[in-house]
Amino acid sequence: MSRVGTIARRSFLIGSAVLAGGVAFGVYTVRRPHENPLEAGLAEGEVTFNPWVLVGPERITLITPHADVGQGVAHMQAMLLAEEMRLEPGQFDISFGDPSPAYWNRAMGEEGAPFLSSDQGFAARTTRTAMGAVMKVLGMQVTGGSTSTPDSFDKLRQAGAIARETLRRAGEIRTSIPSDQLRCEAGAVVLPDGTRIPYTELSAQAATIDPVEDAPLTPRAEWRLIGQETERLDIVAKSTGQQAYGIDVSVPGMVHAAVRVNPRRGVLTGYDASAARSMRGVSDVVEVTNGVAVVADNSWRAFQAVNAVDCDWGPAPYPAEQADHWAEVAASFTEDRLDREWRAEGDVEAALSGDVIEAEYRAPYVAHQPLEPLNAIVRVTEAGAEVWTGHQMPRFLQQQVAAITGHEADQVTLHNQFSGGSFGHRLEFEHVRLATEIAVQMPGVPVKLTFQREEDFAQDFPRQIGMARGRGAVAGGRVEASDIQIAAVSSSRSQMGRIGQNVPGADSQIPAGVWNVPYAIPSYRVRAYAVPELAPTSSWRSVGASSSGFFGESFLDELVHAAGADPLAERLRLAIDPRAVAVLEAVAEMSGWGREPAENRGLGVAMVESFGVPVAEVIEVEATAQGIRIHDVWVAAEVGTVVDPVAFENQVQGGVVWGLGHAINCEITYADGMAEQSNFDWHDGMRIWQAPRIAVRGVELGGSVRGIGEPPVPPAAPALANAIFAATGQRLREMPFNKFVDFV
Amino acid sequence: MQFTVNGVPREVDVEGDMPLLWVLRDELGITSVKYGCGIAQCGACTVHVDGIAMRSCQLPADSLEGAQITTLEGLAEGETLHAVQEAWIAHQVAQCGYCQAGQMMQAADLLAAVPEPTDADIDDFMGGNLCRCGTYPRIRAAIHDAAARLREG
Repeated sequence: MSRVGTIARRSFLIGSAVLAGGVAFGVYTVRRPHENPLEAGLAEGEVTFNPWVLVGPERITLITPHADVGQGVAHMQAMLLAEEMRLEPGQFDISFGDPSPAYWNRAMGEEGAPFLSSDQGFAARTTRTAMGAVMKVLGMQVTGGSTSTPDSFDKLRQAGAIARETLRRAGEIRTSIPSDQLRCEAGAVVLPDGTRIPYTELSAQAATIDPVEDAPLTPRAEWRLIGQETERLDIVAKSTGQQAYGIDVSVPGMVHAAVRVNPRRGVLTGYDASAARSMRGVSDVVEVTNGVAVVADNSWRAFQAVNAVDCDWGPAPYPAEQADHWAEVAASFTEDRLDREWRAEGDVEAALSGDVIEAEYRAPYVAHQPLEPLNAIVRVTEAGAEVWTGHQMPRFLQQQVAAITGHEADQVTLHNQFSGGSFGHRLEFEHVRLATEIAVQMPGVPVKLTFQREEDFAQDFPRQIGMARGRGAVAGGRVEASDIQIAAVSSSRSQMGRIGQNVPGADSQIPAGVWNVPYAIPSYRVRAYAVPELAPTSSWRSVGASSSGFFGESFLDELVHAAGADPLAERLRLAIDPRAVAVLEAVAEMSGWGREPAENRGLGVAMVESFGVPVAEVIEVEATAQGIRIHDVWVAAEVGTVVDPVAFENQVQGGVVWGLGHAINCEITYADGMAEQSNFDWHDGMRIWQAPRIAVRGVELGGSVRGIGEPPVPPAAPALANAIFAATGQRLREMPFNKFVDFV
Repeated sequence: MQFTVNGVPREVDVEGDMPLLWVLRDELGITSVKYGCGIAQCGACTVHVDGIAMRSCQLPADSLEGAQITTLEGLAEGETLHAVQEAWIAHQVAQCGYCQAGQMMQAADLLAAVPEPTDADIDDFMGGNLCRCGTYPRIRAAIHDAAARLREG
């Protein structure tokens, strides 16, 4: 790899600061466009104008390279392209396409820059540009960090507009009618007399001309699809059982595999597979890294047989008992573990010299556990490897597989699949690596590895564990000072370390949602402490803000109550970002904030900004004889422009359910080095009987377009805790809350 | 052993303790029936056995001799979708969609037993069907809508 590439490789990260690579690139390196991956596979009569559009005599295919894990981005990407191409749903196919550097994520680099989202100063803009350059030079095709919409919004509209104008130009050549007299409408170029020439009939013509790059975007007032309620392209398939997920794929000659890998993440010291080998349908038992795999003719037979293998597991490389994990976190508020002081405004020491309000908070490990268990099909031959799975980092996947099979990365073909959820889980590679390790021992045979749910829990990389200590002061009915110290393991470093990447600099995810609050507290200090790696962790929907947002907004609520102020009014008084003000005002109005709640009821509010999106939530609870019942949630989020209102509402509701459910009843704890929770009976999240009404409002102030997959999660837990305090007077400072209160 | 799946007689040669879930998925290639937990905690594998919603991960093959089994593929009447499916489409319930076949099979059974379910009925009957994406508000609305569609014929 080139020197530039090496620098960039070492410096890549998700969600933290990186600069070393970005400023080192020459202008040519950064400006050089990536090749269009569709060029190589063109059939007779097909034409491609850019990496997202393929038009042939029979069909039009739109490439939607962001992985769809349920958030609806395949539809969103297709609508952006179809809007500009003047295509109607039903006139095109969609495909995830092959992995390609052309699909580098333009939004993720910007998101990682450690500046307030409202900061448009020189340093902030320069850093964002430099980080974007890192993403481009490396061709980082990644779905994550709520970036699919911001990455796609301009790019895919431009791609669609170029396709439209090129087809219009092809129509001009075909008919000799000036292009300004030709309309593009419903998949066709329309002549002045109304004659329609379908795009598919113009593909050969279009292939003879250069793409028309000067292609105007459709004004917002003329949008037919963007910003409108459209029917998701996958909704019928998902409502009739026709949607295939990775776990449903079948390849001719395929065998079924199951694994057991050391649940302590140590080594396999020995095993006895004699019972497994004699079980019906079992064809082989092979070793994999730190574990054993069974190959059989059916998933269930593979499960039964691998469970019959007697394994000896080595010890965990981290503390065996949960109490020792907490002790390590608690011992990390020290100078030598200070990751960074993120905010230091006013005179915190002086402000805290009098009466001080103090509190300590905890957030546990939590598992991802999307409902589709991890799975992958891998076939290895001399020529390369083929992989069928749903994954969010296709090009890293190619590298991971190639490193095991000994091929070059571009000899690894990925057939990306729709996924049954992710929440961060499908950014990981263990299942793909394991399937590949089995497959290299059976050349030519497609091996389908399916994790049992228990294995998925055991091998999951949970959310970071963390604690916070807050000290604050109030005066004259106002919050005057807040000093928040957060100690957590770095899930970013843990995650990137598993694929050989460093996260240079401080990890902005440790204090996410706290260092970047859009509040002006006169004396405000935020310090993040990096706890050395304990159990390995990973990005969990909304990452650092899922725990630190709870710390920050819970402590602020305590200060507001100590000041005798109104929780919503005081937040509005402190808010300095117009977007934050807008979402707080919206939920105040939606919830009727200020009314006297009924007996035993209380309202709580929280507002957290994550991934550049401020989200405010008000929750109303009732303390009943059977426990806390959550009646209503009112949510407002500011994303600039709501691109897909159906997905927007669904993601917000789902994010609230995700945030609440895990705050109420989920944690992963370790005993004897193993996760104690192994299935949904002990880690289920929210059920329908606990699900509140959730009213959603998208606030559109017209600035940068942002993603909504993660931002609704962080305010849910603190809004709930604050509501429970309002109803009962009891402060909840540790998740999950069901350790301290009952829920209906 | 022999049973009927979506109106088609099927015969399989499997171990008596192989769960119906895996008979359907791996032996018969019927993939709308999903594996989620294997211990009846998520409901993704819900099918109808003799008209009753059941967790197929808990039904050993040897208990199914002669049974009438319906999966989501068999819920529609020819080209006409079941009211539950129509409502699920109209309300755009699915996100990842992985749990939704099980949700719809459970909801269809609920509506067969309780034509006008209250929210409390829905809570009671749907509580075993886990949705990790959190589509519960839409599931609730879609069930009420499906009930109305069935009443109106």
